[in-house]
Amino acid sequence: MTDLAMSTARGQSRIGKVALRWLLYIALGLFALYYLMPLFVMITTSLKSLEEIRTGDLISLPREVTFDAWKTAWATACTGIQCEGVRPFFWNSVLIAVPAVMISTLIGALNGYVVAQWQFRGSNLFFAALLFGCFIPFQVVLLPMARVLGLMGVAGTIPGLIFVHVIYGLGFTTLFFRNYYVSIPSELTKAAKVDGAGFFRIFWSIFLPLSLPIIVVTVIWQFTQIWNDFLFGVSFSQAGTQPITVALNNIVNSTTGVKEYNVDMATAIIAALPTLLVYVVAGKYFIRGLTAGSVKG
Amino acid sequence: MAPILDIKNLYKNYGQVEILKDINVSIDSGDFLVLVGPSGCGKSTLLNCIAGLEPISGGSLHIDGQNMTDVSPKDRDIAMVFQSYALYPTMSVAKNITFGMKVRGVDAATQDSKLKQVAQQLQIEQLLSRRPGQLSGGQRQRVAMGRALVRDPKLFLFDEPLSNLDAKLRVEMRTEIKELHQRLGASMVYVTHDQIEAMTLATKIVVMKGGVIQQIGSPAEIYNRPANLFVADFMGNPAMNLIPAKAKANGEGTKIEITRKDGAPIILTDAKNRNLPEDVIIGVRPEDIAEPDFRASQDAQQAECRVDIVEPAGADTFVVMQMGGKQVTARLHAETSAKPGQMQRLAFDLGKVSYFAPDSGQRLN
Repeated sequence: MTDLAMSTARGQSRIGKVALRWLLYIALGLFALYYLMPLFVMITTSLKSLEEIRTGDLISLPREVTFDAWKTAWATACTGIQCEGVRPFFWNSVLIAVPAVMISTLIGALNGYVVAQWQFRGSNLFFAALLFGCFIPFQVVLLPMARVLGLMGVAGTIPGLIFVHVIYGLGFTTLFFRNYYVSIPSELTKAAKVDGAGFFRIFWSIFLPLSLPIIVVTVIWQFTQIWNDFLFGVSFSQAGTQPITVALNNIVNSTTGVKEYNVDMATAIIAALPTLLVYVVAGKYFIRGLTAGSVKG
Repeated sequence: MAPILDIKNLYKNYGQVEILKDINVSIDSGDFLVLVGPSGCGKSTLLNCIAGLEPISGGSLHIDGQNMTDVSPKDRDIAMVFQSYALYPTMSVAKNITFGMKVRGVDAATQDSKLKQVAQQLQIEQLLSRRPGQLSGGQRQRVAMGRALVRDPKLFLFDEPLSNLDAKLRVEMRTEIKELHQRLGASMVYVTHDQIEAMTLATKIVVMKGGVIQQIGSPAEIYNRPANLFVADFMGNPAMNLIPAKAKANGEGTKIEITRKDGAPIILTDAKNRNLPEDVIIGVRPEDIAEPDFRASQDAQQAECRVDIVEPAGADTFVVMQMGGKQVTARLHAETSAKPGQMQRLAFDLGKVSYFAPDSGQRLN
């Protein structure tokens, strides 16, 4: 009798558990759907013709899939008076982002290595100042930065934008590497010193080979920041050096007459693709790298 | 011959804090110097100063006659083994061992032959292609030693190299290090907080406390004639019994009176030591209190003592008693008849006792 009662109770609680689990999955699924909705609308809209957009439903699938909008967006859409699509701007962004990411990551690694392993008088103050830089809003530095770029003679050029992004990224890249390197025992540096290795030798032979997870984190972070940047891009560029975010804005905001939603959507997706790709390729390292150090034995 | 390591008036400050005060040590070639003391006594800092990893604030440091006070670690001709082993995690064992030679531009053939020689010496040939992460603690320890040995330096430095190993392995590696020292005849400086390691390994011990050297001497000197109460208490396990007593000179020598709360005071007569102040602390090693038939010495004085606790430890049996308000431990033989709560006749070997001044803690005899 009691056995039976108990087993029923256990059975009920098991059913309850399963139901709870399903409820959880359904809730999560709904959230995921909600988050994916805009992407869905963007993709379907970009594959529709203007005619279909005007007559059809926002969330319906395209009756006839066409890549015309993508072609227009890439090669012939007008950004103001110029009608070459986003292609030149896409390459501008690549030319800005790739060197800026590489340089800021490398300098950040060196900075982090110094702050974590080669403490000098005032190194904590130096690190605090760098950290402070992370929290200065972009808008505050616009005017001084414009003046500096002018003095350097790189105003409106791609090297100028690279410079801005490197400077602005250093706070974060240093923070990432410093926190990673601080968990590496200082005895390693000491052992290498006794072995006869110098500052750069130790960095190159011992610290960099250990750094893959944090390099991935930094590259993803920096690439996303720099690629998606609009404010610096619009402030410190001129015709011919504008990044893709500026072009996207121009295409969407400066068209006259009929709004070509399909082209707008295609442009937006093109502008977002590289960061998406970087995250998909290196995402698992991103999570791993963020939690590294805390679990390293 | 110039001493292999000569430290004179060394000071080390961090800001206002004095970590090391007026350190003077020198050792000859082939010596095994052990720096021992409780945590925070500055022994590791001193080792780092010898290595050149920490700049010193005052004084001088010579290695093999050359002034190394301001020379960088790589030019001091030293090798160091660290507590955490500090193996380079992304390099194989072979690369770990040859890294120093590679940095110094030693040619590949020499690197290879030296690697082989050291690997054979330490029996780590089968590990050479592995990464440090794939090794056990003992194996890592060997690799770390290999990295030091391959350099063939003037001076080996060890920073608590055994403290991360389990008890059994620690004893094995201790013996191995001692054997290595005897075979190579190399000069070594070794830091530990373990006084047994210090006693077993050293040819010369430096006992430190609070950045000040308490005593320098051979293991026997440190053990038998501790310079002050700190050294007496720190070296030896179980620790030396330090019992407050009254000393009174009379015709035959000095009468030592130790009070007991449950009976008449113990009165011993020390024929050798005279001119003791009235208040003394008498230091007796546990093995110098024995049953009269065992370890009898001509300086032994007998007394009846009440045994409180009996602790058999295999080879010996420790008995604990109360004297002068202190717990006193005696090391008796394994088959002792001592029983808790009973009186036991014990012989105190007064030929080996130490006397200390209670206020200054300094040795009196």
